[in-house]
Amino acid sequence: MASGEMIVKGGFIIDPTRKIDGDVGDVAIKDGKIVDKVGSSAKVIDAKGKVVMAGAVDVHSHVAGPKVNAGRLMRPEDKFISGFCRSGMAQKNGYRMESGFSIPSVFKTGYDYARMGYTFVMEAAMPPLLAPHTHEEIHDTPIIDEGALPVFANNWFVMDYLRKGEVENTAAYIAWLLKATKGYGVKLVNPGGTAAWAWGLNCLSLNDPVPYFEITPAEIIKGLIEANEFLGLPHSIHLHQNNLGNPGNYPDTIAALKIAEGFKARNKFGRESVMHSTHLQFHSYGGEGWKDFCSKAKEVMDYVNKQKNITIDLGCVTLDETTTMTADGPFEHHLHGLNHLKWTNVDVEMETAAGVVPYIYDKNVTPNAVQWATGLELALYAKDMNRCFITTDHPNAGPFTRYPRVIKWLMSKKAREETIATMKNSDRMIGLTNIHTMDRELTLFEIAQMTRSGPAKCLGLGNVYGGLAPGMNGDVSVFNLNYKDLPKDAEKIETALQRAACFIKGGEVIVKDGEVVSHGHKKTVWVKVAMPENPQVTRDVSQAFTQGTYTVDIRNYPVREYLAPHQSVIDVNVEA
Amino acid sequence: MATVTLKPTKVPELMFEGYSITPDAFAGKTAAQIAELPGHEGKIHMKLGDFFEVSGNAGETAADTDIVIAGDCTRVKYIGARMTAGTVTVNGNADMYVGGWMKGGKIHIKGNMDSFCGIQMEGGELLCDGDAKNHVGCAYRGDWRGMKGGTIRIKGSAGNDIGTFMLGGTIIIEKNAFIHVSTHAEGGTVVIKGDVEGRVGGQMVRGEMYVLGKIKFMMPGYKKVDTVEKEIDGVKATFDHYIGDLGERHPKSKGQVVYANLYLKAAA
Repeated sequence: MASGEMIVKGGFIIDPTRKIDGDVGDVAIKDGKIVDKVGSSAKVIDAKGKVVMAGAVDVHSHVAGPKVNAGRLMRPEDKFISGFCRSGMAQKNGYRMESGFSIPSVFKTGYDYARMGYTFVMEAAMPPLLAPHTHEEIHDTPIIDEGALPVFANNWFVMDYLRKGEVENTAAYIAWLLKATKGYGVKLVNPGGTAAWAWGLNCLSLNDPVPYFEITPAEIIKGLIEANEFLGLPHSIHLHQNNLGNPGNYPDTIAALKIAEGFKARNKFGRESVMHSTHLQFHSYGGEGWKDFCSKAKEVMDYVNKQKNITIDLGCVTLDETTTMTADGPFEHHLHGLNHLKWTNVDVEMETAAGVVPYIYDKNVTPNAVQWATGLELALYAKDMNRCFITTDHPNAGPFTRYPRVIKWLMSKKAREETIATMKNSDRMIGLTNIHTMDRELTLFEIAQMTRSGPAKCLGLGNVYGGLAPGMNGDVSVFNLNYKDLPKDAEKIETALQRAACFIKGGEVIVKDGEVVSHGHKKTVWVKVAMPENPQVTRDVSQAFTQGTYTVDIRNYPVREYLAPHQSVIDVNVEA
Repeated sequence: MATVTLKPTKVPELMFEGYSITPDAFAGKTAAQIAELPGHEGKIHMKLGDFFEVSGNAGETAADTDIVIAGDCTRVKYIGARMTAGTVTVNGNADMYVGGWMKGGKIHIKGNMDSFCGIQMEGGELLCDGDAKNHVGCAYRGDWRGMKGGTIRIKGSAGNDIGTFMLGGTIIIEKNAFIHVSTHAEGGTVVIKGDVEGRVGGQMVRGEMYVLGKIKFMMPGYKKVDTVEKEIDGVKATFDHYIGDLGERHPKSKGQVVYANLYLKAAA
């Protein structure tokens, strides 16, 4: 946070939190926060003829942790295909080198997010046992504020409590684990399926029982919603559904979304959703096999549109060579069987697992082209853009650096048609999707909802991120776009969004003319729950460490303070 | 044809990354402009002129340009990397990555080469009068897409990892090789005229290997199927024909399982 005053003058302001759509005005910042006005000696940033938005918020991205590092280790060639990365700028300014494309180095991650005007990024899956490493990596990523979601849905404690119907014990365990790992919220990855993977099995439907625990994915999801709302956490449960990536999976997807029916968000953070269903693109497929593999985005979005307590993110395929990585261990093994590229798999004791496989999304391969269309269709069918967020499930469907390209496709039918025209099997793809018939072009206001106000609200951070109202963080992104006369050529929108004309975070200028000029002051955001002692959970946890279930001592398990030196703690109080 | 001569004037303290030493980068430039072309020494931006005295202007296109390096390049990397046409001749040794990713043209190294020569090469010709170190014509570290085309001929010996992940093209080692030949290959031909220590064709899916000397340690995944008369690179001989690697997955073509073929010169 910088002291002193600053004013971003004369830009076209787009701020969905205050329903401002392109009005010319000023944004004033004082001591790192947005204020009503500043004095005449304030530093002036000229934004005349440019678009001014809040800093963007990424709700789901894999940017830190052991599987990201496993990807880096197994893919040295990813640095090679990223092109020539000896940044002259870095050398001139004394900043660090950048490398990597789908699994960029921590420096490139921070720099590239900042160049696109992002201020907050949620690491989407943190294995609790390996949280210390995840936090070290987060701390090494410059500029952006980050949180991390520990994974819960294959955790032995959670499955054991929930099979006995013990929601309060589950909640107490969540509270303990969030504190131990400095985590942000409750992530579910292939509920039950990853645990079944330890037996060489999977849970493809919501009713497949998990071996030994004899609990079903549906029961895990429902139990974790109840526990999440019992605690009143800032974020809802964050769900990576079962049966990811398979033809004909959309009925399972809708069935899982339906579990949220009847629940109401209970929290003090302005969040209205009780379930965030992530990278929905991977879960919106029809067909019996790869030959008739088709988009069911419409069917899925018809449900999402009417169910107001659900939020989603897209997981758009960007048609790049990328690296898939997920705690969905069985899925990665399945993918390796499809493309025969290198595969790594890790089991994390009683908590979770993970796999990594490189993948090439080839526009000339029909199922990949269908995936590309499905991701965009989800957004184009969405009615409430405050509940539908732009992601690429970085790096699973494509690197986060392609967000501007996804926005280009969403804002321009012409750009979509141009991409379709380059596909070898475009006719087949058109027959299996609806994209070709869809004329909708999103506005920049809608894009701001999908990248700023929406995700911030869904994370319970709507009071500090995602808007430009006085009192919010002084995070402002300025883009070289004339709102009253947007370029006809959508490529120019992509270029402008890729490199902000200016990005201010906490009142400090971080990016100027598309280049990073400061490392800023990043923060690690986590949620600390205060609740009455639960003797049973305390005993269960300590026994797991003393009776040899865990391989580590409990003293070595938590994230120690020095690993997360710049914390921003959100307090949640649960009354007895 | 126009010839550009580079005369080494200074030995780099670190290694000089001479990725601009290609007919493609030189094409259409004068000697003075060529001396201004970029390179790196460690993280420092340098120019070709810092290490070479340049004489002669380049031709209009890469195909019209011959580059002669009149001296030793033991500490110069990436000579001829990514070139598409023209020629490069080095009257001495060269460091790593000679002709890496090259698509066409011809490179002639009159001394020895270091590792990674011709990696992921797609076409053209790379000739070395001396020895090559490791990773001749292999894939980039971690990559599964190796050499696709062109020819590499090493008149001396080579080290280990020859033709790893090879998909096409030809590698000829006129003397001996150490270990790991055609590992993971799915195409292409490797000819070793001398002896090989071992690990020939491990995890190889398809492609051809010829060994005219001896293999000290044979891979267990290879099975002898017959004895054949063959001519390879001007040598006519009787070969024991092996197929493999039987431990690896193999595709089918026209109903037949496709294996990699190893032709080992039969004992006289």
